[in-house]
Amino acid sequence: MNHPAPEHLKKTARGESVTLLEAVSEGLFEEMVRDDSVFLMGEDIGVYGGAFKVTRGFLDYFGDLRVIDTPIAEGGFTGAAAGAAHMGLRPVVEMQFMDFISPAYDVLTNYIATSLYRGAGPMPIVVRGPVGGGNRGGPFHSQNVEMAFFHTPGFKIVYPSTAYDAKGLIKAAIRDDNPVIFEEHKALYRAPTLREVLPDEDYVVPLGKARTVREGSDLTLVTYGAMVHKSVEAAEKLEQEDGVGVEVVDLRTLLPLDEDAIVESLKRTGRVLIVHEDTRTGGIAGEIAIRLNERAFEWLDAPILRVTAIDSPVPYAGSLEDYFLPQVEDIVTAGRYLAAY
Amino acid sequence: MSDSLVAGLDQTQILGLYHSLVLTRAAEERLEILQKQGYLTGEMYRSLGQEAGAVGAAFALNRQTDGTGDFLAPTVRAAGALFLFGGGLADFFRQYMGRATGPTKGKEANVHWVDFQKGIIGPVSALGTMLEVMAGITLSFKVRGESRVGMVFYGDGASSTGAWHEGLNFSAVQRCPLILMVEANQWAFSTATRKNTRVQSFTEKAAGYGIGSESVDGTDIVAVYEAVSRAAKRARVGKGTQMVELRYYRRLGYAQHDPQDYIDPDELAMWEDRDPIDLFKHRILEEGWAAESVLHKISRRAEEECRLAAEQATGEPVPDGPEAAKGVYTDTITQHPWTRTDGPYRRDSSELNT
Repeated sequence: MNHPAPEHLKKTARGESVTLLEAVSEGLFEEMVRDDSVFLMGEDIGVYGGAFKVTRGFLDYFGDLRVIDTPIAEGGFTGAAAGAAHMGLRPVVEMQFMDFISPAYDVLTNYIATSLYRGAGPMPIVVRGPVGGGNRGGPFHSQNVEMAFFHTPGFKIVYPSTAYDAKGLIKAAIRDDNPVIFEEHKALYRAPTLREVLPDEDYVVPLGKARTVREGSDLTLVTYGAMVHKSVEAAEKLEQEDGVGVEVVDLRTLLPLDEDAIVESLKRTGRVLIVHEDTRTGGIAGEIAIRLNERAFEWLDAPILRVTAIDSPVPYAGSLEDYFLPQVEDIVTAGRYLAAY
Repeated sequence: MSDSLVAGLDQTQILGLYHSLVLTRAAEERLEILQKQGYLTGEMYRSLGQEAGAVGAAFALNRQTDGTGDFLAPTVRAAGALFLFGGGLADFFRQYMGRATGPTKGKEANVHWVDFQKGIIGPVSALGTMLEVMAGITLSFKVRGESRVGMVFYGDGASSTGAWHEGLNFSAVQRCPLILMVEANQWAFSTATRKNTRVQSFTEKAAGYGIGSESVDGTDIVAVYEAVSRAAKRARVGKGTQMVELRYYRRLGYAQHDPQDYIDPDELAMWEDRDPIDLFKHRILEEGWAAESVLHKISRRAEEECRLAAEQATGEPVPDGPEAAKGVYTDTITQHPWTRTDGPYRRDSSELNT
């Protein structure tokens, strides 16, 4: 080995806490050390270390055949990832911002998602990158892209909300033989409240398993990503101010959807509020509602409601973006209505 | 090995080329019969007039059946290359007929199939995508230091897509050992080349990507073989991505439904006089490389092969409906036989022999 492992990637080994961003970095790094077939492609991920520095130090350690700075051509390098995956490599592709995944939509949906079905073999590819609003990024640096791919059979879609999950899920995603869309919320990347000390051992968080963040008996909040933290805040408020017991379920993986976990929680509480940062129409709330309708209609004591972003592009000005995004108060209001129903 | 007659090819190889040419035409003629009989599930495509481009190019590559050879991404008009890479005639017919016994078990059509052991990566319908995918496949050759090349076919029309540009540029920048065969057959469905590009030759585009290129008469199988042999040699020794333009003509419609009423009959007649099989046959006879009776026997054999393969495929079942729900996801970790995990963690392009 020509280069020592970067110090900033050894925080867990030293027993120090890490941010969600550092958890992703450690996960990527450990998978690349563990499995020689894992390699990275993306814009400015090598020399610069990635726009958010997720891959800082990787180029020096792994070399430029495993950390590839690409031309600005998301379709081109995602397609190349498909070819590499055919040959037994396991590419991890970074979108500098997930908003820029749209040029790769063709190759992702038409080629990569269909490969196994067409008899062309598995596609062990992870496409990862920063998503989400709240950072005043405007229409093209703030989007959530999950539902653009949710409709396409063949993908798995992962969206962690904690450092522990981020590391365990990125490892599981890399080891999975299906193509995985992996969304990392920018507002969670360096959030000090999300710092935690992770186990200094190799662990994965299995894809397709939701997590009960907190328990409660009156109302279930089904959510993921940054909205997990706003939902927990709202739940605490509802409990303190209204005496309502609120359960919060973090989906963690959107595809496959952990339907059982949602149904089980509904059976405990009888009321479901779905909270997502993605826009309203065609958001995952619609899919969850119909599945509960199919499987657990008799347990419902109230209509299923949703708190979401409004149906508009993500606006730039702070006042506009705050209005656009779901806020804690919105969740509290809807939760109150449901509890009293 | 007997003596070279032309371009380093001995008599056996010359006759092999001839067999591949007539086999390709016979297979497609058989498809026409099957379509008229109502056996085909979807559309059918011919490569009439383009057979030498596909056959000559594939003949210049290292074709293996154990997953160690070169890789090919054909188009529907490069069936001849597919057959040379070991794509079976019966599978060809099964694919067109949506048979459960075909390589994609009825889930995909025509030449859209994959056989890693033989180095076949069938295309998808979106044009340009395979340039990106083949860039990735040949990137793996480069990363692993393997002396292998990839070949991807695309027509004039595909060159207008963003994927064509992005894939070619990526491949060029990464110096991937990839050969792009431009099937300059002068038509993209009903749209003439001049409506797709301002360049006179696609080699002008190659210059824009900083890659090597050659333009060759696509009806002259020996010329195609020689040009691709040179391109493959350059790619194999680390000189990066190459382009070979095949100049010829699509003598039938885009697909069988296309009456091709937009073309100039005089132009078509001119190209009919340059039929690649006729040209090669005349040359073989003129040069005395083989007797006419030998060529006749080869043609009869090819026709018989196609008849038998079609008969076999026709008698086989279509898949059961519920099979449609299977094979979307895998949750088993598969280890490809060609996955290498014993290499060093660090890999630098400066360590490559390029």
